[in-house]
Amino acid sequence: MNGKVTLENMSVHFGNNHAVKNVSMDFAAHSVTAIIGPSGCGKSTLLRSLNRMHDLVPSAKVSGTILVDGKNLYDRSIDPVAIRRKIGMVFQKPNPFPAMSIYDNVVAGYKLNSRMNRAVADEIVETCLKRVALWDEVKDRLKSSAMDLSGGQQQRLCIARTIAVQPEVILMDEPCSALDPIATLKIEELIEELKERFTIIIVTHNMQQAARVSDSTAFMYMGELVENGATKKIFTTPEKKQTEDYITGRFG
Amino acid sequence: MLQQSSLTMKNVAIAGEEIESQKSRGSNADRIFRIVTASFAGAVLVILLIMVYEMVMQSVPSITKFHWDFLTKSSWDAVQGEFGALPFLYGSVVSSALAILVATPLSVGTALFITEIAPKSVGNITASLIELLAAIPSVIYGLWGVLVMAPWLQKTVQPWLVDHFGSTPFFSGAPYGVSMMAGVLILAIMIVPIITSISREVLLAVPQSQREAAIALGATKWEMIRMAVLPYGRSGVFGGVILGLGRAIGETMAVTMVIGNTPQISLSLLAPAYTMPSVIANEFAEATSNLHSSALMEVGLLLLIVTLIINVFARLLIWKVTKGAKGGGV
Ligand SMILES: Nc1ncnc2c1ncn2[C@@H]1O[C@H](COP(=O)(O)OP(=O)(O)OP(=O)(O)O)[C@@H](O)[C@H]1O
Ligand SMILES: [Mg+2]
Repeated sequence: MNGKVTLENMSVHFGNNHAVKNVSMDFAAHSVTAIIGPSGCGKSTLLRSLNRMHDLVPSAKVSGTILVDGKNLYDRSIDPVAIRRKIGMVFQKPNPFPAMSIYDNVVAGYKLNSRMNRAVADEIVETCLKRVALWDEVKDRLKSSAMDLSGGQQQRLCIARTIAVQPEVILMDEPCSALDPIATLKIEELIEELKERFTIIIVTHNMQQAARVSDSTAFMYMGELVENGATKKIFTTPEKKQTEDYITGRFG
Repeated sequence: MLQQSSLTMKNVAIAGEEIESQKSRGSNADRIFRIVTASFAGAVLVILLIMVYEMVMQSVPSITKFHWDFLTKSSWDAVQGEFGALPFLYGSVVSSALAILVATPLSVGTALFITEIAPKSVGNITASLIELLAAIPSVIYGLWGVLVMAPWLQKTVQPWLVDHFGSTPFFSGAPYGVSMMAGVLILAIMIVPIITSISREVLLAVPQSQREAAIALGATKWEMIRMAVLPYGRSGVFGGVILGLGRAIGETMAVTMVIGNTPQISLSLLAPAYTMPSVIANEFAEATSNLHSSALMEVGLLLLIVTLIINVFARLLIWKVTKGAKGGGV
């Protein structure tokens, strides 16, 4: 196994609840991997273990191995703060900082790492907003509140905020679930472009979306990884019956 | 078993009967209930209006005699019949403002500890202990202040301040113990609970998604607090601070016991001072002349106005933040 991110026998427990069970898989660099599966099967839990968001939840315990570039993510020597700069995350609901302007939202992460340099910040704001196709819509009101944007615009702003830190991996947890079809389409196009620079792992409930944007797909069921492989193969000739039932909507 | 079930049946039957009979006089009962509650609510309002009216009427002699001098003159002499309330206004405003300066960082820090840092159980215990502090009668704070804190200030803190900062006007003069400083500290201790519990509620209302947003960008816990938690709760915390200010301005007993009750305006924190509630509490019994009691009434009116302004301001802020929290999530 030699992906960007590799899971070996990875499990997550919340107290007695074994939410992710012994998952082993690879996430290839510069590709989009979709994680699909019914609600409650552990998709978010798996995703959040990849940038150590579970550190915030006292009851959560991650076991097994997660390798990022060959290094154990949960090793004592790893600084979780540094790792989150390398592995960014976009959430289900757009969550811009409401007290900040559009401009400040984009550079929020940059400001954490380095001393604010106006010229550099200006450039980051412009490139990142252009990359998420938001620049033309907001360039005349960068100083206004992020809350003045529509839901779809807010989500693109959150993606801009994430890529402004220049991560290597971007985790997305149902990034389009709060958006309308047009905004969704824009985000999907964006994911397509982003994969040139970043490794993207996306959780989605939308089969068509997984088929459209991803190179590989992983299907989870009740905490277990049932099947994973090239998206085309999973969607045309799945090996397991469960996978076929789920993607054809015959799940029950 | 059989008996029991028949009993239950009977109960149900009785309950049914009651519902029946209530229905028949339901509209009537509702109307009476409405009238009774409305008149209670109205009575509260009427009592308030009567109080304000009485205060204004009784202040009239003082108002007509001194006009604005009442607010700008600092001599308060019952024998000469001279009443200028400036030292009390100054004492109240300065002691409360300084108490806020001391209490706010303490309270916000405690609230942050409870909501962001401590494990849930420790946080909850801390929160209830702090709420308990709010239940201690103010005379007990005053007693502790005058018997424990003031002597400690006089013997330890204030001499040190005089030695090191005695050349500045803020720490000049002899250490008495009872002083503006003692008043400020006792007030600060007394308003920490309210500011802490309001800040705690405000911080608890900050959505988890805001914290996660910051953490996912690579923020440390402190950076998360600074960039996501505090800005989100800013105006709510500010509202709590203003409510604390309102309480500090109105606080009577404890301050009266430790502030020294001297109607003077001094920059020095070591000097005794006097507040509006204190002068009312101290002098109402011995106010023999009409003018004297009228002047005290006017001090009361002044106090009422100041507290009213502060409270309205605080409600507005809190209202704004709770409204903002609903729309702020998405
Ligand atoms: N913070 C938490 N504390 C305790 N249990 C949790 C926590 N988060 C998730 N779980 C549990 O872990 C399991 C998997 O949840 P998870 O959120 O990963 O599902 P999901 O596949 O993302 O579902 P959905 O599609 O509905 O988002 C569930 O049983 C859930 O109850
Ligand atoms: Mg989920």
